[in-house]
Amino acid sequence: MARSLVRGRRTRRRPRSAWLGWLFALPAVTVYLVFVIRPLLLTVQYSFYDWNGIGPATWVGLDNYVRLVTDSELFATIVHAFELILFFSFVPVLLGLAVAATIRRIAQSRLALVARTVLFLPQVIPLVAAGIMWTWLLSTTGLINQLLTAVGLGSLTRAWLGDFDTALPAVGVIGAWVQIGLCTLLLLAGMSKIDNSLYEAARLDGAGPVREFRSITLPSLRQEIGVCLTVTIISALASFDIIYVSTQGGPGNATMVPGLEIYYLAFAEREIGMASALAVALTVLVLLCVLPLQRITRDGTR
Amino acid sequence: MTRVSTGRRAAGRTRPLYAILALSGTLVAAACSAPGGSSTTTANSAPASVTTTCGTDPVTLKGYFETGFPLPKTLADEFTAQFPNVKFDIREDQFAVITQNAPRVLSDDPPDLMRLPQVSELAKDNLLLNMDTYAKAYGWDKWPPSQLEQMRFGSNGERGDGSLVAMGLNFSMTGIFYNKKLAAQIGMTEAPKTLAEFDTVLQKAKDAGLTPINQFNGGATGGLAFPLQNLMAAYGEPGPINDWIFNKQGATIDTPSNLQATQHLEKWIKSGYLAKDINSQDYATMMSRFIGGKSLFIFSGDWESGNLDKQMAGNAGFFLMPPAQAGGKQAAMSAPLTYGISAKSKNADCAAFFLNWVATDQKARDIGVKVGGSHPMGPDNAYMPEVAQGTVTASTLAAGATIGKDNGAMDFIANATGAIYAKSWTPQLQKLVAGQQTPQGLLTAVQKDYESQVKG
Repeated sequence: MARSLVRGRRTRRRPRSAWLGWLFALPAVTVYLVFVIRPLLLTVQYSFYDWNGIGPATWVGLDNYVRLVTDSELFATIVHAFELILFFSFVPVLLGLAVAATIRRIAQSRLALVARTVLFLPQVIPLVAAGIMWTWLLSTTGLINQLLTAVGLGSLTRAWLGDFDTALPAVGVIGAWVQIGLCTLLLLAGMSKIDNSLYEAARLDGAGPVREFRSITLPSLRQEIGVCLTVTIISALASFDIIYVSTQGGPGNATMVPGLEIYYLAFAEREIGMASALAVALTVLVLLCVLPLQRITRDGTR
Repeated sequence: MTRVSTGRRAAGRTRPLYAILALSGTLVAAACSAPGGSSTTTANSAPASVTTTCGTDPVTLKGYFETGFPLPKTLADEFTAQFPNVKFDIREDQFAVITQNAPRVLSDDPPDLMRLPQVSELAKDNLLLNMDTYAKAYGWDKWPPSQLEQMRFGSNGERGDGSLVAMGLNFSMTGIFYNKKLAAQIGMTEAPKTLAEFDTVLQKAKDAGLTPINQFNGGATGGLAFPLQNLMAAYGEPGPINDWIFNKQGATIDTPSNLQATQHLEKWIKSGYLAKDINSQDYATMMSRFIGGKSLFIFSGDWESGNLDKQMAGNAGFFLMPPAQAGGKQAAMSAPLTYGISAKSKNADCAAFFLNWVATDQKARDIGVKVGGSHPMGPDNAYMPEVAQGTVTASTLAAGATIGKDNGAMDFIANATGAIYAKSWTPQLQKLVAGQQTPQGLLTAVQKDYESQVKG
């Protein structure tokens, strides 16, 4: 009796509330459709054309995609993006874990607050400003080379961003510097959720700090690590601003990444179709990397 | 940042998702015609009749200028002073930004006067006003033809002759600036007369512990194209190089004399005549180091004359690239400061009147030389302002006369196509510096890119 009553009420109320709900969502949905979904679909459409952005377009089918995998220069940009994952993603997450664990242990002291603020600072600075700052630091007369000379490593000095061997790692370092603050903060927040009694129990069982970290902290942070990896991998694969400001893809094509290549293709070479094809490929690539990650890092917690 | 929801949690929300997909499907179907304008094969024809004044009614000229160069703005102010009914509404951007914006701005937000990048593709898309009628009305077609040929575009897709699609505010020229104090230090008292003499000076400078040449070549700015093209001019004729830049049928940059030039540049790199870190330097860094006395030579253009006369008064000199053989003809990259009128401009008559005024008005020519540092456009016998002897401006103007006499003006090899500089010359020259490219490999690679870009 009670069940049918509930059901009856639900069937009567549901359509109205659903409509009302959609009405509230309508402005957001409209904006989303017009400014996110429509450009996305238009990009897919353009990718099948040979078009300079102004004149008439010619349908070329999958030609642009074929060129994407056969043109070694375009393919190299994707390889560079994956190399950047190492710097933009793994380094900040590993360092972030170490730093967060350290800060947690000294949580009561004022130093922890200072450390947190300083580490988060890169996140507040616009990426373009960070890029400019690091360009100075890494220049031949910059601080990095001055420090190297001061400690007697003068032979190592070089134009870090202008050298074929060091340009990509140098750009990676900038990215790592930017990402580390966000990772640290996220991981720190995750750590504060962990029940202290777990640690107490572990300590009673004679676990040291390393064992505590491995057996309690790390497993509990599975979700946070997942978020960190997701965000940073996306920023590595879709990177544009840091590279545009610091090297513009040079020297040669040593730091050319898909994001920058799309920009050059569209605005310098005026090949809107090819640029769109690379953009679509990049989107698919990002999803392919990020979706499995979501599954791996979430499943264990359910 | 994209947040991706997991399959299970999203299961309850699939219906709205379908709704969104369905709706967006409709949107796409509505927009599913081929992008771009309709096909037009005939070139823009010139207006049949034109007025050669700005009239007396209030006019606001919409300008899109290059930031960092005071010349066009100074000219605009002087023009408004002389013709108070004409006001300017000026938007400024970096040249790179203008290059990328040009097609869109010319078609969607048509300026009356715009600083233009390479014009071929814009002319092909009918975005630029055909100025033939103005050229006839104002007599521009009686000026030395070399002043205008770089802005002519033919129906065959080649530059160099055909209809006039842009005009210059003045024409600038490139060569070698040197620091007089440093030059005296190594006993260089006059400009080298042959390439071999120049090499000797470079070696002397290196032996004296100086940086012989500093040049920007970092990021997306392959500044080694300056010395390279000057070396090309020393080894060969400017004609074939111009043909290549103008996209003439069958033109190639991969010629024996250009190979000699590229090999010579490689020799400079290997001999340590160039600053070690050029691959990380931009133009501004090069200028500030040169002005700060950190290098003996730089390759740049007369647009710096006014600036250097101020910042290194009496200490900066200029000479043209010496020829390979003594007494040989000299050539230089020399291009007009190109401005165009949008095909959709509302005040085309007044904009053209302004361009003519820049070349013919005495005050405007004064500004062209003193603020712009370069030679004004116009007939050979036109008024030329007095320039103080011993200044860099005086020597660049004199060099301009030499180039005129030797018929040695070339457009810049970076202007062959819209993308050749950023996507071809720059990466290839950076590779040459790093020893990752050979001179022959460089020319082959650039030619291959060129052919695909000209076709496309």
